This record gives sequence, C-alpha cells and structure tokens, in this order.
Amino acid sequence: MTTLASPVLSAKAAAGSTAGAARGIAVENLHVRYGERAALAGVSARFEPGAITAVVGPSGCGKSSLLAAINRLTDLAPRCRVSGRVRVDGLDAHAPDTDPVLLRRRVGMIFQKPNPFPFSIRRNFAVSLRARGIRRRDEVDGRLETALRAVGLWDEVADRLRRPATELSGGQQQRLCLARALALEPDALLLDEPCSALDPISGGAVERLVRGLRGRLTMVVVTHNLAQARRIADAIAVLWLRDGAGRLIEHGPTERVFEAPEHPLTAAYVRGEEG
Amino acid sequence: MRDRSLAPVLVVWTAAAIVAAAFAWIVGDVLWRGLAVVSPGFLASAPASGGRAGGIGPVIVSTVGILAVCLGAAAPLGLAAAVPLAEAGGGGFPRAVRASLDVLAGVPSIVFGLFGHLLFCRWLGLGFSILAGGLTLACMVLPLLVRSSEQGLRAARRQHAASAAALGLSRPAALLRVLVPAAAPALAVGLVLGIGRALAETAALLFTSGYVARMPSSFLDSGRTLSIHVYELAMNVPGGTPHAYGTAVVLIGVLVVLYQGAAAIAGRFNAEGGGTP
Repeated sequence: MTTLASPVLSAKAAAGSTAGAARGIAVENLHVRYGERAALAGVSARFEPGAITAVVGPSGCGKSSLLAAINRLTDLAPRCRVSGRVRVDGLDAHAPDTDPVLLRRRVGMIFQKPNPFPFSIRRNFAVSLRARGIRRRDEVDGRLETALRAVGLWDEVADRLRRPATELSGGQQQRLCLARALALEPDALLLDEPCSALDPISGGAVERLVRGLRGRLTMVVVTHNLAQARRIADAIAVLWLRDGAGRLIEHGPTERVFEAPEHPLTAAYVRGEEG
Repeated sequence: MRDRSLAPVLVVWTAAAIVAAAFAWIVGDVLWRGLAVVSPGFLASAPASGGRAGGIGPVIVSTVGILAVCLGAAAPLGLAAAVPLAEAGGGGFPRAVRASLDVLAGVPSIVFGLFGHLLFCRWLGLGFSILAGGLTLACMVLPLLVRSSEQGLRAARRQHAASAAALGLSRPAALLRVLVPAAAPALAVGLVLGIGRALAETAALLFTSGYVARMPSSFLDSGRTLSIHVYELAMNVPGGTPHAYGTAVVLIGVLVVLYQGAAAIAGRFNAEGGGTP
C-alpha cells in the first residue's frame, strides 16, 4: 500500500499512540470499489477533532462511500473492496485485527432517511445500550433521558416512551436517531444528508443540533446543500467524479473554499455553475 | 361520462360483494347448523356411536398435539433456514434452495402423506402416531414458513441492517435484537398461514396420524384431528352430519383465535418491543 500522506500527517500519525495528537479522522489514499466500479480513488484528508467538515459534490461522486469507509459499513456491501488507511482517533479502522463492531461504537452515524427501529422509543435505545453491556434499567433510563434532552425531544415524548418510535414525525424520528447515536457517547459522528428528507423546519432543528455538538465530536456531514455547508461547517471537502471515480479536488476552511477556491471546478460549483 | 366512471367502480364492488357473500354464506351455514351441537359437554366428552353422539374432546387433544409437534419442528427449522437465505444473493445454491422450496410448497398433500408414512411411520418406526402426523405436517408447511420468513427478514435487513451495524451491534445481536423482532409481523403471518394449512389437512394425516378417535395417552398414539373428524362424519358415518357441522364450528373458532393471537403478538412486538429491553 503506497501512502501519499503529507509529512505533517505522517508525523501526527506516528505521534498518535503516545501523545493523542492523532485525534480526529485521518484518511490516507483511500480507494473504494464496488465490484468493477470505482467509487473513490486516492482520497486523503484529515477531519479535525471537534470540527464539522462538510463533504460536498455532485451526485455519485462517492460522498456516501467515504462515510461508509470510515465506519466500515462498506463491510456490509456485497463485493465492496477498500484499500488505503482510515484512522479514527488513532484506531486503524481497516486493519485486519480491528473489530468493526468496536469501531462503530466510537463512530456514530445518521442516515438520510430517519431509521428508528420499529420498536418503542425506549427500546430503540435499550437495544444498542445493551449491546454495550448497559442493561440496568435505571442506567438505560438515565442515558435515554440525557440523550433525548440533548436533542430537545424529551418534553415531546416523555409520556410515550413505550409507544412505537415510528409514530413520531419525520423530524422527531431524525432527532431520535441522533439521540440514539449520542447515547452511546461516540467520539465521532457521520451524517449522510441528515436534513434532506425532512421539511425545512425539522431540518433546521436538526441542523442547529449538529452545530451545537461542535467541539464535542468530530463530525463529517455529507450534504447537497451548499448554503447549509457554509452555515455549519468549519471545513469543506469537495469530491468530484473524474476518470470514473470520486476524487477529492478541494479541502480547506469553509471561508477559503467559498471565497478563494483553488480548483476551477470548485469555483464553478460554489457559484452554482457546475454539479 | 358518468357511466364510464361508474362502470369500473361497480365491477370492483360487485366482485368484493361476491367474495364477502361467499364467505358469509359458508360461515353462516356452518354456524347455523353447527352451533346447536356445540356445548361444554360436546367439547369435553369422547365421541360415541362412531361420532353421531358424544363430543370431540379427544379429537381436540390430538389436534393440539399434532399442531404442537408440527410447529415445534417447523418453526425453528423454518427460521433457521430463512436467515441465511435472506442474506444470500441470487447465487446458484440459494436459487436452487428457493426453487425447491417453491416446488415443495406446491406438492399435493397426499404425496406428503405417502412420504411421511414411509419415512416416519415405517422406517423410523413411529407407526400411526401424533408424532408421525405432526412431523409430516411440518414437512408440508416448512416451505411456506421458510419463504414467508425469508421475505420478512429480507425487508427487515433492507431497512435496518445498516443502522443496527452503525450502532455497534454485532451480527448476531443485530439479527436477534433488531431484525427478527422487526420481522415479527411477517413471521407471525407465515406461522398463521402454516397453522391454517396444517389445521385444514386431512389427506397427509390419514396415512400418518391415523384416525383413532380415542383419547391419546402419548405422542406415539394415533390421533384424529378436527378436519379428519369432519371428513369421517360427513363421508363415512351415516347420520354424522350434525356433529360434523359442530366440529366445523370449533375448527373455525380455533382458527379465528389463532389469527387474533398472531395479530396480537405482531402488534405487541411492534409497539412494546416485547419482553425485556
């Protein structure tokens, strides 16, 4: 495996195990293929700890594949092959001896379509907490309340925790999914277009929640909404489909990417002329 | 213009009315003729005079025994076969398994009866027994259970496998705590269809569980199910018709209770998530 990592990144990675300098998510020369089709080619990027990075780009440029490679949901896709390196707070995600289950406990994920399990609200939390060895009733209830309060859902559902989660509105369901992920106290959160299936008001609520988590979690948000990316993100990564695979063409602080993009395609994209 | 829009509506509602009327007629006829026979004594006592008199106590016990054997064998096996099938793609082996299941589901029940008679009654030496009848029925309903469970689990996987994995659930935990409960309504529907088919069966049981109407004392005794009792009384016992209708009322009642039970289980899984968290 060849590494195109910058000297800075390599130095940080080397120091990671001792100094904790490798916090955040580092992607090195990442390739993702589904069968014969390449989804991502040679992507290297560093997502700073506690910051929100928005991943933008036209449809089919590999944004979701990038997220799936970080928490190894790529393992679930048939005929999917990943090469390169992903480190989450120093943990080598795709190393042979890394347990994907343990990795995913540190990296939460929110999907485009709210996907609570078809169980009661309470059981939506209990199922994943139990997998982590948290089964005591009072502890489950405590974590559930804390997480639901954090997403502003507690007052809306406190009296119907035993009702099906699927009875909630779309926006409530998405906040529930966010709370469900937060209850596991992850170090990082991947969000795959978390607002795009919601009405504007619900989407706005989710967006505010994500902004509120800045500093606590390393967040990578895939979005089609450039205005949203500009509102919430500290950094922007632009993926583009070139030579049949998604490649990273620009990555930098939000203001810089919007005001002074380095790549001509980025410039056209942020002006709304491409993509 | 008015006619054109009215005609299809009329056709559809007529068809629906015919279906409803046929159902009402059958159930009404059975209830009308059979309800007079049904009483606590009828349910508890043994048949007398070839079934013309007495009740159906032993028949109910045999029916429950055969169903228990059938489900005890078919339900776990069906779910266990459905899990890998639901994960498998369209490869050669899974396709062959699905094709054989679909063919098996269409095999006439009399063939299952002959097969069960040879395998269970003779080769395995179970004789005419509740055990042999239940196992034969298990073979018969297994394809149905596997295919319906597979559909349910596949739908659950499509919707929930990724989020369960993303929440850090291992594959076994995701299967047991998320996918199977999420598929519970589909599993319950498959189970009820299977039970319905098993309860209605006569041909496969004539050669395997036999039609002895005495109270069975073990699973190795021959036993007569409700359906066989109806068949015997209606076809082979002159003057048995009133009690055949009475038995049919009980059969329909059992089916209604089972359907309600399955619906309730499915509903409970969906609402409460069932059991301990």
